[in-house]
Amino acid sequence: MAEVTAPAYRTIPIIPKLVPGAMEGSGPYIANERIQTDLGFPGKLVDDWHDKAVAKMGDLLQKYRSVAVFMDACVHCGACSDKCHYFIGTADPKNMPVARQDLMRSVYRRYFTWPGKLFPKLVGARDLTREVLDEWYNYFHQCSECRRCSVFCPYGIDTAEITMAAREILAEVGMGAKYSNEIIAKVHKIGNNLGLPGPALADTMEGLEEDVKEDTGIDVRFPIDVKGAEVLLITPSADFFAEPHIDSLIGYAKVFHATGTSWTLSSMSSEAANFGLFIGNYEQLRKVALRIRQAALELGVKRIVVGECGHAWRVAYSFWNTLSGVGDGADPDDKFARMLQQQLDHRYRQPTHICEFTLDMIERGALSFDKSKNDKHIITFHDSCNVSRGSRMGDRPGGQFEIPRSVIKAVANNFVEMDPTTTRESTFCCGGGGGLLTDDLMDLRVKGALPRMEALQQVVDEKGVNFLALICAICKTQFTKVAPYYGFERKMMGGVHQLVSNAIILGDKQ
Amino acid sequence: MSILLAILFYLATLFFVVGLLSRITTYARTPAPLKIPTTPAPTTQGGVVLRMVREVVLFESLFKANLWIWSLGWLFHTSLALVIMRHLRYFTDPVWGWVALIQPFGLYAGITMLLGLCGLWARRIFVERIRYISTPSDHLWLVLLIAIASSGLMMQFVTHTDVVSVKSFFIGLMGFNIGQLPTDAPLLLHLLLVIALLALFPISKLLHAPGIFFSPTRNQTDNPREKRHMSGWAKKMESEN
Repeated sequence: MAEVTAPAYRTIPIIPKLVPGAMEGSGPYIANERIQTDLGFPGKLVDDWHDKAVAKMGDLLQKYRSVAVFMDACVHCGACSDKCHYFIGTADPKNMPVARQDLMRSVYRRYFTWPGKLFPKLVGARDLTREVLDEWYNYFHQCSECRRCSVFCPYGIDTAEITMAAREILAEVGMGAKYSNEIIAKVHKIGNNLGLPGPALADTMEGLEEDVKEDTGIDVRFPIDVKGAEVLLITPSADFFAEPHIDSLIGYAKVFHATGTSWTLSSMSSEAANFGLFIGNYEQLRKVALRIRQAALELGVKRIVVGECGHAWRVAYSFWNTLSGVGDGADPDDKFARMLQQQLDHRYRQPTHICEFTLDMIERGALSFDKSKNDKHIITFHDSCNVSRGSRMGDRPGGQFEIPRSVIKAVANNFVEMDPTTTRESTFCCGGGGGLLTDDLMDLRVKGALPRMEALQQVVDEKGVNFLALICAICKTQFTKVAPYYGFERKMMGGVHQLVSNAIILGDKQ
Repeated sequence: MSILLAILFYLATLFFVVGLLSRITTYARTPAPLKIPTTPAPTTQGGVVLRMVREVVLFESLFKANLWIWSLGWLFHTSLALVIMRHLRYFTDPVWGWVALIQPFGLYAGITMLLGLCGLWARRIFVERIRYISTPSDHLWLVLLIAIASSGLMMQFVTHTDVVSVKSFFIGLMGFNIGQLPTDAPLLLHLLLVIALLALFPISKLLHAPGIFFSPTRNQTDNPREKRHMSGWAKKMESEN
């Protein structure tokens, strides 16, 4: 692996001068035969990869309107060209969203349009060669599917859709990425990304109960597989053991405890993350999502609440209803969805984000806080990409920005914003999203974090910020890992519900 | 010459209409299996219409992205719209009232259109990032449009073209009567380039015009929790299990 170094901060956020080929050879490990076949993909690059890849592209053009429209509509205006954090951090021109799309668009033009068939050079069309395939593999794994480019595109072209299509084609010809595919197989087999089996999970939760008891003197429960509980909590499995994730899990449990909400985890379905999104494969996405449906039906819960996780919330909010029926508004003849929807309590939004849940409870007066417990923190909030641009919270557009901030302000006194060009819908990805949170891409991850680290440095210098509040498991892992390269301390990073946990006053203590 | 141009016009119009309809049909028939609006997005159908209007009329997203591209692009497109509306006078008899009304603006729009195009081309040539992503066809489209605008302006401000005859040629063409067309060079160039534009439209990046209306990130309602969204093949997959 190349040596990992953080690029220097830009004094003002200027657009880097192009460095062609800067990240040419950078790609994640390819999935081995076992990992590939576990998901039903070919074990290694198939002999007729060229024909298969072109056929798969034709198939995707017919299955996804996004792909069909986005391949045609780009005019190369350049609006997106300086918007990607990986471009900003690496200066590699192929990391400009338009150039990344063109890696596939050039092949689309060659095989699916007349000008590309007749005059390839004129319209920038090219044959799908082995070099092109490798280039796809490397550069479509330098996109975190964060959708920042789609905010600024005059036609709404979303590079994430193209990246997903490319990864699906690659997996289909035998070039899946090890990191995502291995994890998806674990979910199918065991129920979570970590491969943590039920008994181990139960043990961990027992340990947490003891820890919290020791800390607060109160019996806060962490229940598993409780039939008839009101709430099923679906949270990223990193919350079960990783730092600082676990502190947020304790926060959720305290909120449930203080509000007298009966809740449970499921050992069979102990994962909010859905890496099927990252590899762009509908079947995998659906199969992972169906475990949650199954758990909800088996446990007979009335509500499904989702913990702090960015892409998981996008999948839950935007796709669960479609994939598994978790939601509302199924047609009367839609037996599959109605079976579950009749069980759920529609006085509440289904699914509910934990920040929605907590803020609802705060507004009802069901929670009280000692805000001074967070006085040691000067807090700023990083909007997670998938939450910001691929989902919503609450009833109004933009609730995904307001609700987490309202929760923070309800539990802490010192809150400041970062540069508004780097927050809300314009937020930068942490640099580790979209299936790139793997050590073999550390150099890319560090470089991709540059724009966020710059904005953070600014509020650290000007406002003394010492806590970056997060609502995503990937953001938490990524920042605790890469922040030291930029001279920040790991303990600066934490969850929103970690702050809730610090300040919450538990009922029976009064 | 008039007959040749007439035939080319018929063919180009045929390509344009059939090609465009075929692309639009493809876009419309291709399912959007998942809800992918770029959020924050409108939660109602009416809100989506408003978002689309802002996008198409004001280029809202481009405005957020880059003020230079926005100013030049918006100047070009609104000028083009005015120019096209002004050109309706060559296809209607008597000329519609509102077309007569915008006539003077349409003339100036020809100039601002040219300015916008030149600015866009300058960006393509001088800004490193945009030069990098430009293909030969990107440059050629700008050359084509600049040539159409210049030849049009030439007829207005430099040489004289008998526009009355031009009009009667086109009115005739629309009723499948091929008349005589004046043969001065700027006019012929102007018309041949427009023919090229019409014929190439449906196989080029000009498909951004119909494309935006089908862009799922812009035309979907943000209501996935309230209403179950199902598309053709995804629905079929469910019933098979």
